Amino acid sequence: MAIHEKSLIETERLLEHDSLVVDGVDVSGQWNTMITPRTIVDYDDDFEAKIQSYVGGEYVHRCWQCGSCTNSCTMYAQNVQFNPRYWIYLTRLGLTDELIKDKDIIWQCVSCNKCTNICPKDVKPEGVMKALSHWLEEEGITEKSPSRIFDEEFTDQVYDYGRIEDSKVMKNFFKESGQPLVQGWLVEFTKRMIKRLPVAHLVRLGTNVVFTPKTKSWGKTGEVLKAYVREQKEAAHG
Amino acid sequence: MAKVAYYPGCALEGSGGPYDRSTRHLVKALGLEMENLRDYNCCGAMEVKNVHPMLQTYLSARNLAIASEQMGLDTVMAPCNGCYHNLKKAEFETATSQQVMDTVQDLARKADDPVYTGDVRTLHLLEWLMEELGPDGIKQRMTRSLNGIRIANYYGCMYTRPRQIFPEKDQGPGSESSYQPHFMDDLLAAAGAVNVEYPLKTACCGGAHTLSDSDTSTQLVLNLLQSAEDSGAEVIATECPTCHSGLEMHQVRAETEFGIRTGVKVLYFTQLLGLALGLSPRKLGIHENVSDSIGLLKEKGVI
Ligand code: SF4
Ligand code: SF4
Repeated sequence: MAIHEKSLIETERLLEHDSLVVDGVDVSGQWNTMITPRTIVDYDDDFEAKIQSYVGGEYVHRCWQCGSCTNSCTMYAQNVQFNPRYWIYLTRLGLTDELIKDKDIIWQCVSCNKCTNICPKDVKPEGVMKALSHWLEEEGITEKSPSRIFDEEFTDQVYDYGRIEDSKVMKNFFKESGQPLVQGWLVEFTKRMIKRLPVAHLVRLGTNVVFTPKTKSWGKTGEVLKAYVREQKEAAHG
Repeated sequence: MAKVAYYPGCALEGSGGPYDRSTRHLVKALGLEMENLRDYNCCGAMEVKNVHPMLQTYLSARNLAIASEQMGLDTVMAPCNGCYHNLKKAEFETATSQQVMDTVQDLARKADDPVYTGDVRTLHLLEWLMEELGPDGIKQRMTRSLNGIRIANYYGCMYTRPRQIFPEKDQGPGSESSYQPHFMDDLLAAAGAVNVEYPLKTACCGGAHTLSDSDTSTQLVLNLLQSAEDSGAEVIATECPTCHSGLEMHQVRAETEFGIRTGVKVLYFTQLLGLALGLSPRKLGIHENVSDSIGLLKEKGVI
């Protein structure tokens, strides 16, 4: 049979013959591809529960594999290897080795919520994507993704001031993720931005980078929130 | 007309400055009443929920509580999709889960913050304008026209998704639709624009990864720009500062990194409505947009 979801099979297990005769019948052409059998023994039976312990992953067990999430997914349209339905399937079966093969793209979910919007079983696949990428990072399987670095920089500013200043987040993010602040397109963008900008606005933008806007009544809110998150994470993962 | 609490959020006070200024001038010109949300905090944008979702819920509930407890107002109006989405989500989660409400109130007491009791609703600026004036109200107040300028209305992700947190949408005639939003179309048509058929109205601009996965964002923005041009649009109208900055940034990036030029202009819908009301481009911050639309607007006789 022609194999339609070849992307789900490891290349080393696909055997393609130029011409093939089986029991005296020539099955070349459409029928020339074989998959070597594999017996899976490396299940992690506790994996689903582990992903459920990450915020966002709570409802992964509800999935009935309809495929609506992948079908609507923004990232799947960019790259067919980005497949939330498949990753949810692997999560439920505890096939972590298979999941880890896609470790470098899972974090790319853009949180557009098309999946969560359409899922008939309220799995909240967007949350599962975040849970999976956090699991990969926290187990040390991948480095912290640029997206995680950005999230943490952003949240730290909120903890401290109650507010953020976007150009400061941007500057710190570039520093922490090891990217140069001076990139051709950003320079061009800034040039166009300031071309017709009144001087007063320029000064305001400049001072905001030095003095982060602050919520005056913030008081101990940041500390209370930090403590809450710490407790929650300890309760979930020790 | 009831007064609302205006929540600009960090973006409108930062890179979304032109949206903030055009909103304030527009609201004044329309004779509507709003008061700044006092000493507000960040809503958590798209980032904080990834550290912990309750954090985001709390941040938004804190803002809602400021409106009711400190200002005596029962409606918060947010022009930013991110703020709007997060406030709606907090509203929804506290209303549907006693456990979430308890946690929010408990955190507020510990932090000596105003305590949210579930008595505030959130409106996007688009919804507020529709509720107070509607297309007819806009038409009555117009002193100029958008002269048939062709517009692709871009709503983005967070104004419509996930639909579960917007119970008042999809309620039949007159209500906003989460699948085919039309409020911005309706208002701009009343101001004399021609809305093109735009299939990517609610597609994602990749805003969550503008800097952390720039190539993806540039590709997603290019889809939006090119599809707008294919639909015959001269302008993309935006109603979110993150979408707006993303479109502008990645339009420039596509040009400088990949040599792909697109001509469609990006303007906030408040800037367009403001022009139809006779406000000056300078007041509306049109000169502050990176996307330079002055030539087009002159050519069209809009300014
Ligand atoms: S849409 Fe929901 S139920 Fe369907 S495959 Fe995706 S997660 Fe599973
Ligand atoms: S939120 Fe992520 S997984 Fe869901 S549709 Fe968007 S990109 Fe795909």
